[in-house]
Amino acid sequence: MAKRIDATNVTAYYGGFKAIEDINLTVEPKTVTALIGPSGCGKSTFLRSINRMHEVLPGARVEGDLTIDGQNIYDRDVDVTAVRRMIGMVFQRPNPFPTMSIYDNVVAGLRLNGVRKKSILDEAAENSLRAANLWDEVKDRLGKPGAGLSGGQQQRLCIARTIAVEPQVVLMDEPCSALDPISTLAIEDLMFQLKDRFTIIIVTHNMQQAARVSDRTAFFSIERTGDPGRLVEYDDTQKIFSNPSVRKTEDYITGRFG
Amino acid sequence: MGETTARPAVAPAPEAEAVAGPRTRDGGALGGGGGLPRARAFGAERAFRALTVAAGTAVLVIIAAIAVFLVAKAVPALRANTENFWTYEGWSPNDPAPKFGIGTLAFGTVLSSALALLIAVPVALGIALYLSHYAPRRLGTALGFLIDLLAAVPSVVFGLWGRDVFVHPVRDFSAWLNQHFGWLPIFGGDGPFGRSIMLGSLVLAIMVLPIVTSLSREVFLQTPTANEEAALALGATRWEMIRTAVLPYGRPGVVAAVMLGLGRALGETIALAMTLGITFGISFNLITNGGNTVAANIANAFGEANATGRGALIASGLVLFAITLIVNITARAIIHRRREFTESAA
Repeated sequence: MAKRIDATNVTAYYGGFKAIEDINLTVEPKTVTALIGPSGCGKSTFLRSINRMHEVLPGARVEGDLTIDGQNIYDRDVDVTAVRRMIGMVFQRPNPFPTMSIYDNVVAGLRLNGVRKKSILDEAAENSLRAANLWDEVKDRLGKPGAGLSGGQQQRLCIARTIAVEPQVVLMDEPCSALDPISTLAIEDLMFQLKDRFTIIIVTHNMQQAARVSDRTAFFSIERTGDPGRLVEYDDTQKIFSNPSVRKTEDYITGRFG
Repeated sequence: MGETTARPAVAPAPEAEAVAGPRTRDGGALGGGGGLPRARAFGAERAFRALTVAAGTAVLVIIAAIAVFLVAKAVPALRANTENFWTYEGWSPNDPAPKFGIGTLAFGTVLSSALALLIAVPVALGIALYLSHYAPRRLGTALGFLIDLLAAVPSVVFGLWGRDVFVHPVRDFSAWLNQHFGWLPIFGGDGPFGRSIMLGSLVLAIMVLPIVTSLSREVFLQTPTANEEAALALGATRWEMIRTAVLPYGRPGVVAAVMLGLGRALGETIALAMTLGITFGISFNLITNGGNTVAANIANAFGEANATGRGALIASGLVLFAITLIVNITARAIIHRRREFTESAA
């Protein structure tokens, strides 16, 4: 239920602008990996190239190899939708489908893939909502609009929606940046539970969060505005936060720059 | 500070002269350096408020005046009618014994408008989706401009084109339908074909198309990117993403667009007066010459109408107004039904 990711010389462009250059990194299955770094360093761009969401934007493209258990997701004959089913994504702002009920939101991914049987959908909805620690709060109002929940609940609903299709990898793009501290804690707890089943990669601006939730941390940075973002250091989270080998990482973590 | 002395200033603070920076009209400091001035008895605020209240009231007065006028003119004609206004199939209000009925006209109006929407809406939604989600951005903008241009063509031009040009292919197509599907009542009859409900509805459809397209396109473009990306990230194809995120989000807007189109179709006058065969009689036959609508009948019959005739036409106009009202209320009800969801979407 979880797979290994290898990025080799991944370079991503927005039109003529090179956003990240030559990213090389390996993510082990069933771990949480945090991507940290100053704004504009390309960590979100890298995250979005892992499930081929980067190329959704007009003019955006990716070069290099990105393999999931040895299979290159950028091969020409790979079905993009299959990649995105295998690698789910949770976005920065909670984005439940506004016209759908809580229930319909959770099973949206299953319905997209042709699951119609009520019993299967019901079971998946309950399991995913339980896994997202949301079941007890919403079980009596599954028919109500998903957009009527609080921000933290909405984000957990989006996590439930993502894991309902049973992906191998879950990408999270600053999932707590729009949430209050209590909701943030709920999501962090959730990540601990989810890493038993999924490989998780999270982009965060919050270094305490990275230190709390992740096993491995990748620090991205840019030399100057306009330069492409690069991977500066990638190591065990404990090492990065206690004894980083690159000076720049230490400066960033201790708050001397960024 | 000439202004200060010219006015009988309201509490001019003695130190006002010394204050630097922005001043009020009375010369005091803007932030209230001196004492507080009295409220002005009559100012721009009150004048503007009176103006808006007057404008709002004017709407009510105008509507009331129109309603009174229409009813006052219609009632004597309806009294003089020697046939049943709802069921009689014919329009001879100028006779010494006036005979006229609204049934055929109302039927023709609803039938031609419904057909026009049936043809126009699927095409319009297809164009709108193409422009908003498939076409390259520049092409989409250019085509959108062309569509808006189509909406600006006066309806009399559509009417002329319909009766002199478009009628030929429609006539041939009608004959073909009659030959092969004549066993269906809607395609039956012995001709002549051409100036039929089908021609009128097709012309109407072309006229309604740009309105529905243009508004739907705007609505589809407003779909939050976050929702589109959510669908894509779940493994949706482009079409599945549109079905999951774009169409449900745009639904109230599309309903509104269709209703605006329907409003135009129901009230369309000259294009239908020129393309329909103008006969009286309720029939579902779409291809033989004939058909009539309330508005087209008013345009055709007003010129030679006497007092009773005009009253009869005004009565028919009131019925058209009622039809439009019912359609609009229905549309609001449709939008309202899922308000819980659409409101939280906003």
